[in-house]
Amino acid sequence: MTNATSAGKASPISISIRDLRRSFGHQEVLRGVNIDFPRGKVTTIVGPSGCGKTVFLKHLNTLLRPDSGKIVIDGIDVTSVSRGGLDAVREKFGMLFQAGALFDSMPVFDNVAFPLVEKTRLSRDEIASRVRETLAAVGLEGMDDKYPSELSGGMQKRAALARALIRRPSILMLDEPTTGLDPSRTRAIHALVRQTQQRFGLTAALVSHDVPAVFEISDHVAFMHEGKIRVYGTVAEVTSAHDELFERFLAGKASGEESPAAAG
Amino acid sequence: MKMVRSIERLGAWIIDQIETLGNFVFFLFTAVFYIVMPPYKPRLAIRQLRSIGADSSFLILLIGAFTGMVLGLQGYNTLSRFASEGALGSVVALTLVRELGPVLAALMIAARAGSAMAAELGSMQATEQIDALTVMAINPVQYLVSPRILAGLISFPLLTGMFDSIGIIGGYVIGVDLMGAPGSSYMNGISQNLTAHDIMTGLYKSIVFGIVVMWICCYKGYHAQRMATGVSRATTEAVVMSSILILLWDYFLTSVLL
Ligand SMILES: Nc1ncnc2c1ncn2[C@@H]1O[C@H](COP(=O)(O)OP(=O)(O)O)[C@@H](O)[C@H]1O
Ligand SMILES: [Mg+2]
Repeated sequence: MTNATSAGKASPISISIRDLRRSFGHQEVLRGVNIDFPRGKVTTIVGPSGCGKTVFLKHLNTLLRPDSGKIVIDGIDVTSVSRGGLDAVREKFGMLFQAGALFDSMPVFDNVAFPLVEKTRLSRDEIASRVRETLAAVGLEGMDDKYPSELSGGMQKRAALARALIRRPSILMLDEPTTGLDPSRTRAIHALVRQTQQRFGLTAALVSHDVPAVFEISDHVAFMHEGKIRVYGTVAEVTSAHDELFERFLAGKASGEESPAAAG
Repeated sequence: MKMVRSIERLGAWIIDQIETLGNFVFFLFTAVFYIVMPPYKPRLAIRQLRSIGADSSFLILLIGAFTGMVLGLQGYNTLSRFASEGALGSVVALTLVRELGPVLAALMIAARAGSAMAAELGSMQATEQIDALTVMAINPVQYLVSPRILAGLISFPLLTGMFDSIGIIGGYVIGVDLMGAPGSSYMNGISQNLTAHDIMTGLYKSIVFGIVVMWICCYKGYHAQRMATGVSRATTEAVVMSSILILLWDYFLTSVLL
């Protein structure tokens, strides 16, 4: 375990996906995805809603198991790890879900403290100071006792991000962190994601609908189409790539052809 | 050709059903496994106990009282035709303890607390809160389902006891105070004719119903579809299926325990 981790640390690739396939019934959602996530960088996956972005991310964070293919995280092929072993892998992850997934039965403080309370032996005081520090880092102070339903959309995302960061993960996964937010809040959340990613040196796997705004905070961009990665490269590379479907996707987003309400 | 297709489809359907049944049974085994295995989290079960109690106590008292009152009335009416009003206490108590108490209490708890539970878990599923638990390396069945099943196991017998007691009082108020059956033989009849076996029968039933109701309601909520109607459908199905299974199990248990 320690060996694998240290071996993994040396490698510039944090997560490597090879020929990942997954069907639901007769519907082939992932049709052979190949992509690498460089360590300490933001890799953003964009694509039309329903193309399989969430399903892909749920394979990355081991919620779903593929029909075939490899997912290698820090040198460990998680597709062949036992259930008990998965928990160890999951300790590396912080995940921000599309719907936020804050526990609505708990106030903000308890939500953010939850992973520490359940999975560590830290003292009450240590937990409280970690929670305060993390909430401050995401710009959400003085909201400790508010329930998620009492928060605005942007604040919910901040609280969810704080919870995702609380155990100091090395990999941060974000599923459409700005869906449902207005442009100024979208910019603020994007800035926050970039800032925290750099501050903690995280490898970020970001799924987004927000093109081209999200390019500003991305190191690499992948365009997913019909369950495959169709375009991949640095931001500069993909914006000058000549791919008809990708250009149409970008143009469609720019002209607002696809309404935000339809965003998966 | 058409024939082959239909057989194929029937086969697929049967396999589907068996798989669903397998998942359903596996779900309970997993939940029970985590009840038995340490680490124990009594805090979670206590919270569920409190919420089931808070949700259902008033309803149980209300329905229990009325059931007892109706039994007092009907019982008196019937027994007086045979000039055996003295047996009213035994009739009310035996009917409640052996049969109506466990069944009606279970139906009421399913309708009130069970549906709330299915809705709560359903919305946790819909908003990815259950996935969030898994990603945090917390087993959601252990965290969410086991405490609820344990709470059901404890609360059903307690609430059934409440239902029986208030029902017996209700029967007394109507049968004795209002209709004029002899009060001393009401109480004596109960203490002489209500055996430990009767009480155990009621207890076994309420424990089984507790597991069944929590199992169904948790399962339905936990597996709610992620669509607009997913949660409401899970809730409805949970209550309907719980009710049917309560009555099926009641018949089965009665015939075994009689
Ligand atoms: N658990 C599931 N069971 C069946 N189909 C699913 C499941 N999850 C996702 N899908 C299907 O997979 C496709 C891709 O979904 P998703 O990854 O959520 O899209 P998006 O790119 O908008 O995030 C959709 O057609 C969806 O209906
Ligand atoms: Mg999605």
